[in-house]
Amino acid sequence: MRSNGYAVEVENLTRIFGDFKAVNDISFQVEKGEIFGFLGANGAGKTTTIRMLCGLLLPSSGQATVAGFDIYKEYEKIKQHIGYMSQKFSLYEDLTVRENIEFYGGVYGLSRKEISDRTKELLDYLNLNQQADHLTKSLPVGWKQRLALSTALLHNPPIIFLDEPTSGVDPVSRRNFWLLIYELVEQGKTVFVTTHFMDEAEYCHRLSIMKDGRIEAMGKPRELKIKYSADNLNDVFLKAVQGGAANE
Amino acid sequence: MIPIKVENIHKNYGEIKALKGVGFQVNEGEIFGLIGPDGAGKTTLMRMIVSLLFPDEGNILFMDRDVVSNNAFVRSHVGYMPQRFSLYQDLSVEENLLFFGDLFNVPKEKQHQRLERLYNFSRLGPFKKRFAGALSGGMKQKLALSCMLMHEPEIMILDEPTFGVDPVSRLEFWNILGTLRDQGITQVITTPYMDEAARCDRIALIYAGNILALDAPDKIIADFPYNIYKIASEVPHILFNNLKSVMEEKDIQLFADGVHVIDRNKMGINEMRNFLKAYLKDDEEPAQSNANLENIFLDLMHEQKEQV
Amino acid sequence: MNKTLSSIIKKEFRHILRDKQTLIIIFLMPVMMLILFGYAINLEMQNIKTAIVDNSKTPQSRDFIEKIISVNFFRIVSVDPDYNNLESLFQMRQANCIVVIPYDFARKLDHQPQTKVQLLIDASDPNAANYINNYLNMVANLYNLDHNDFVIQPLSVEPRLLYNPDMKSAYFFVPGLIAVIILLICALLTSIAIVREKENGTLEQILVSPVKPIHIIIGKVLPYMMIGFLMGLMILVIGHFWFGVPVAGSVVLLNLMMILYVVTGLSFGLLISTITKSQQIAMMATLVVTILPTIMLSGFIFPIASMPLPLQFVSRLIPATHFLEIIRSIMLKGVGISELYKQAGALALISLVLLGVSMKKFSTHLE
Repeated sequence: MRSNGYAVEVENLTRIFGDFKAVNDISFQVEKGEIFGFLGANGAGKTTTIRMLCGLLLPSSGQATVAGFDIYKEYEKIKQHIGYMSQKFSLYEDLTVRENIEFYGGVYGLSRKEISDRTKELLDYLNLNQQADHLTKSLPVGWKQRLALSTALLHNPPIIFLDEPTSGVDPVSRRNFWLLIYELVEQGKTVFVTTHFMDEAEYCHRLSIMKDGRIEAMGKPRELKIKYSADNLNDVFLKAVQGGAANE
Repeated sequence: MIPIKVENIHKNYGEIKALKGVGFQVNEGEIFGLIGPDGAGKTTLMRMIVSLLFPDEGNILFMDRDVVSNNAFVRSHVGYMPQRFSLYQDLSVEENLLFFGDLFNVPKEKQHQRLERLYNFSRLGPFKKRFAGALSGGMKQKLALSCMLMHEPEIMILDEPTFGVDPVSRLEFWNILGTLRDQGITQVITTPYMDEAARCDRIALIYAGNILALDAPDKIIADFPYNIYKIASEVPHILFNNLKSVMEEKDIQLFADGVHVIDRNKMGINEMRNFLKAYLKDDEEPAQSNANLENIFLDLMHEQKEQV
Repeated sequence: MNKTLSSIIKKEFRHILRDKQTLIIIFLMPVMMLILFGYAINLEMQNIKTAIVDNSKTPQSRDFIEKIISVNFFRIVSVDPDYNNLESLFQMRQANCIVVIPYDFARKLDHQPQTKVQLLIDASDPNAANYINNYLNMVANLYNLDHNDFVIQPLSVEPRLLYNPDMKSAYFFVPGLIAVIILLICALLTSIAIVREKENGTLEQILVSPVKPIHIIIGKVLPYMMIGFLMGLMILVIGHFWFGVPVAGSVVLLNLMMILYVVTGLSFGLLISTITKSQQIAMMATLVVTILPTIMLSGFIFPIASMPLPLQFVSRLIPATHFLEIIRSIMLKGVGISELYKQAGALALISLVLLGVSMKKFSTHLE
């Protein structure tokens, strides 16, 4: 691992599809233990960036390290050091809660003993002991979301990528989810999160806003509100993406 | 004419009670919002209004006609936008629009007039040859809306049209809906976003198959009987966890910029300040605040849970 | 034509033409099946691996061996293998049959009324064993005729083979394959057509419109009818020009019948499409209900007349049975419609029933 101390470090990262620059020369760093909000308009290049950082897609040019590993050469190592959870909650609905946990434990290469220990631990932690042998599809959305997050953390990764994790979740569950995120951060984990809920973006320590493949704005929520002289992040977003001219 | 009247709807899926006696009326020319999280029963309700599903109990009237026995009428007069993007991804923007024009028997000359108008209005004109599958999230939603408008429906049913759409596109989408309302089109819309709820003329807050509140957003807020105090904080989660030990959980609400406290026992701001002093940092102080829809929705959800 | 219908047809054509991968598979699969069946599965037997043990080693025995070789059927792979180890030839699959000429072959042939040659056959393939036996008898007869032309045969059967005088199996297979392939591909085409719209959610959108089920169904069938017909025509052309299968009867009638059969296949798929919930299940169901019964029970390989009675009845319900009779009759026998109206009627009836049930089963609701 490099000793620069950043969880994610991106330099002049570019990805071109045909003649379309999906990601155009972006640079940023995410500190360890930070909640980094990765915002942007639809089609601005967020998903492409996340795929590159998770080792699923090679960049056209530029450099990046995740957990100190190079995204060109060490993407297999990156995959062992990150957790990933998308809005689709990649749980198997026709497996039980316990079976899902065991399956993901196996995927991450945990030993049999580790799997059984972690399963027990997680079921206690999530308060899901009663539902352990119920099919996952019967769980309320909020619980599914927490279960999905927990399975993504089975291998105890230092960095977690969350792609619109709270879409379709009720307000109470969303709050519980963020409390969980804070707990993870207190354990020293780094959280990289995308969302379209601007009120949630405010939970992040630092934000970047992407537009047309570039990073349009970056900073702490409070700094951004001052910079764009806006009351809330929704207005910040509108001003950043529309180039200062919110249309209303 | 009453555009839509929903009376005492029950719907079960096996053991699960999706709707437990829901009723409301949508007035002509208004934007009526069904606000609630996934699984609240919004989609089931919308599908019933457009006659895709049948209620187990209760009636739905669409332009004064019973939906179940008049589904051909409903389907030719309604514009329905399902929750998932449901256009043909391998057809171009224009091909999709014309297809839906044909489907609703819109004469060819009219189709082309409307096409031009819709292009202007949605700004999809430059992309008319692009495959629908290659559009960004916001543009897809505008296309879906435009396809629906090809037959100029009197009533539109929109199921989470801004799902997964960025704030800029959401704003643009709502501006379009506002224009349509001005033209007299009645709209029923679902959304999980409270800022969108505030833009509706009237809303029903729906959770776990029940309507928790039904009125104009301002009215719902004005009717909320308790004061709300906002404690701004840099570390709201720590504050929230601290307050849990002294207050009932239903009375404290976590927000990204602080914790909101409901003064259910009518202590007043000063007494509340004294009461909480020991648990607050120096720069954290309760301040009088206006209730917002999220405060109310959270409170109603707690109430609902307590009843169960 | 109704505008909604023509619009659905147009849309369907676009789906078909834009999905290049599927289109290639649709046209490549029949060609591959035809080549596989046409070459690999060959009922004509040749090159039977034959070992000869010539214990006699006389001009007479050599003459007999010459006769065996002169028949294309046998291929001599081994001469005078170890007599004690003959069985291992079969076990090692080195020979299908072994001809053993005894020591006294020449002597007995000259001085006694009869001599015997031993023929050992690997009868694990009984069909082949039969052929081998018959052929060697034929060789023996030839030999007999050469050597004692005064023998009188009071009765002899002289077969004359009609319609496929050279007994080429391509004549038998190609029409059968056309029947199997058309049914399979056509059913596959439509089986996913409606389920795909269910899965993509597009059906939910178009259901909430004045469109009628009959428009959706006909709109799906017509474009695929063209594809199915083109594909059938392609196999026919390959069968005729590549495998040399004749078309003795009317080409127009043949094509008309093919269209009818294509519709049957499409209706089959449509029914599956209306009652299944995912493309996966629809495809599996289609494979199961088309391939097996069509190959096993339609008379494609096994003659219907030799099936047990209940299965004979079942075979009447299989569209391929009727089409096989039609296509073999037209291609090989040159038969006209007057002999085939029953089969054509049966196909039409099956199609109508399938379409009717699909229409009925097609739900305009989500429950």
